[in-house]
Amino acid sequence: MSEKRKKILEVKHLKQYFNVGKPDEVKAVDDVTFDVYEGETFGLVGESGSGKTTTGRSIIHLYEPTDGSILFEGKDISKLKTKADFLSFRREMQMIFQDPYASLNPRMKIKDIVAEGIDIHHLAKDDAERSKMVEDLLETVGLNRDHSSRYPHEFSGGQRQRIGIARALAVKPKFIIADEPISALDVSIQAQVVNLLKDLQREHGLTYLFIAHDLSMVKYISDRIGVMHYGKLLEVGTADEVYAHPLHDYTASLISAVPVPDPEYERNRKQIPYDASIEQDHPDNPRKLREIVPGHFVRCTEDEVAGYRKKAEAYKQKA
Amino acid sequence: MAERILDVKNLKIDFHTYAGAVKAIRDVSFHLDKGETLAIVGESGSGKSVTTKSLMGLLANNAEVTGGSIMFHDQDILKKSEKEMQNIRGKDIAMIFQDPMTSLDPTMRIGQQIAEPLIKHKHVDKKKAWSQALELMKLVGITDAEERIKNYPHQFSGGQRQRIVIAIALVCYPEILIADEPTTALDVTIQAQILELMKELQEKIETSIIFITHDLGVVAGMADRVAVMYAGQIVEYGTVDEIFFNPQHPYTWGLLNSMPTLSSTKLEAIPGTPPDLLDPPKGDPFVARNPYAMKIDAEQRPPFFKVSETHYAATWLLHPDAPKVTPPDEIVRRRQTFKDIMAHKAI
Repeated sequence: MSEKRKKILEVKHLKQYFNVGKPDEVKAVDDVTFDVYEGETFGLVGESGSGKTTTGRSIIHLYEPTDGSILFEGKDISKLKTKADFLSFRREMQMIFQDPYASLNPRMKIKDIVAEGIDIHHLAKDDAERSKMVEDLLETVGLNRDHSSRYPHEFSGGQRQRIGIARALAVKPKFIIADEPISALDVSIQAQVVNLLKDLQREHGLTYLFIAHDLSMVKYISDRIGVMHYGKLLEVGTADEVYAHPLHDYTASLISAVPVPDPEYERNRKQIPYDASIEQDHPDNPRKLREIVPGHFVRCTEDEVAGYRKKAEAYKQKA
Repeated sequence: MAERILDVKNLKIDFHTYAGAVKAIRDVSFHLDKGETLAIVGESGSGKSVTTKSLMGLLANNAEVTGGSIMFHDQDILKKSEKEMQNIRGKDIAMIFQDPMTSLDPTMRIGQQIAEPLIKHKHVDKKKAWSQALELMKLVGITDAEERIKNYPHQFSGGQRQRIVIAIALVCYPEILIADEPTTALDVTIQAQILELMKELQEKIETSIIFITHDLGVVAGMADRVAVMYAGQIVEYGTVDEIFFNPQHPYTWGLLNSMPTLSSTKLEAIPGTPPDLLDPPKGDPFVARNPYAMKIDAEQRPPFFKVSETHYAATWLLHPDAPKVTPPDEIVRRRQTFKDIMAHKAI
């Protein structure tokens, strides 16, 4: 099924190193490969330092990749050179940030924050059209039309995040990278923002790369999921598959650590420990993502594939 | 019956701001028994942190306690002078803060930071205090404790720092440990370790814990009893099973309904935002966001209705004359689980 869908983003062997050649070299992203299909939500989960945010930032070209390539709609984004190239690229791809308190300029009015993209891309022919576009956007994200002449400090965290979403939508992008968009919000507000993102996706045919550490929320919003650890992508599959039938030990350990709002479950919870030494690389037997069952990949050596297939088979038998 | 060590009655706290008095705590009562864990859950601004700060005598300068009492055994904490509070803080009542990155002194060796309360409160000599600090570092799971006792905070990871903060809080074997979002800044795998550690230590030193958090998953795993706060008031309290499987207040329903579980397919958000406490609503504070609200909710604050010996909820829906409403599906499902648990207990 999924093979027939159009790939909107292809990340191939992406490496993003910092302080290259120095003693404190950091391999923040190390040989990561995955595709995102048009119209889906791809969730990237991992703990702090796993490289998930760096991956997102590389994709929107805030960094020059150390190695590997990123194709957006078939075009290599590292080949973008002129200002015009970047303008048209950033019109297609936008970002929503984690901290709604830091990502809005406190000295700008909401209408100017939201309209910044409209101005840069000359999408409005006059002031009246600009105002109308801004007000329509505010309404789309569930804010009041007459909020447009206010300043960021007059809004709560959830409302600010809605403003950030309106700003991203202003240039009518195809692809949005949402980097921990709800982790700074209260529980009752998180669900509002996530549901808004889902509705917008349906109405505008958006594709999301959703980066988060909250596994239950990622599971809820994503179609497919990639699990990152120490700069490497360890497992990729559909959200349901990865959660119900985790194949990699790290994924199983991560899922077992998520607290669940159910005292019965919590009383019987056993956390699965994870030993990172199984990830050791052998030069003659390289580890890479290999397909275990259709659409479900695990980073492993050639020899380990059979073992993982058995594990997947055992899950199936159980069900 | 368990010994009652803390009894908070009708606590009221205002904050004076340029815009007027913010009524942050509006008539809050709860108690804490020896050895138990009480979780206080609520959103930011609900008053959960202010409540615990008042227990420690750490309220900001613009705060004013306008009523109520906080009885710690037979003494009222609100009547203590700052000097007297210094003898209670860190010795009888200790606190773990949210952010392990900022709650340690960056210029002090961690051994000294752990030993400090012993030297101050228990008048232990320095050498003995350091050796007790070493024991405690081992107890909270810091490897190579002999070496690391001389290190500074920046040489530790976030999870290790939170272990050290816990060691400092527990060094005088306090009767009450207040943990204010102690794992919010940590990754899930580290969070699981820290929570496990807190449970183990609680058994070892027999302390009572007040656990402040907005994460209902953490509450489900840690708490014996739960108090749900909203807009400066407690709206429902009961045992952990009663709150999670037989909730009565529509706000508790909303909270449970808006949390994704690993199996949920639909999230029901609570619409709107909490009320402004400069001018709090006079009835049920949740009225504006409550799909089950009745006329009386806007006019009169509901009293606590008794659900069981341990379970009370402040909602007019429990009034004998109130219409019967069907809660959201997720709550109906949880109530079925509650029936199963109760049936199982009866056997």
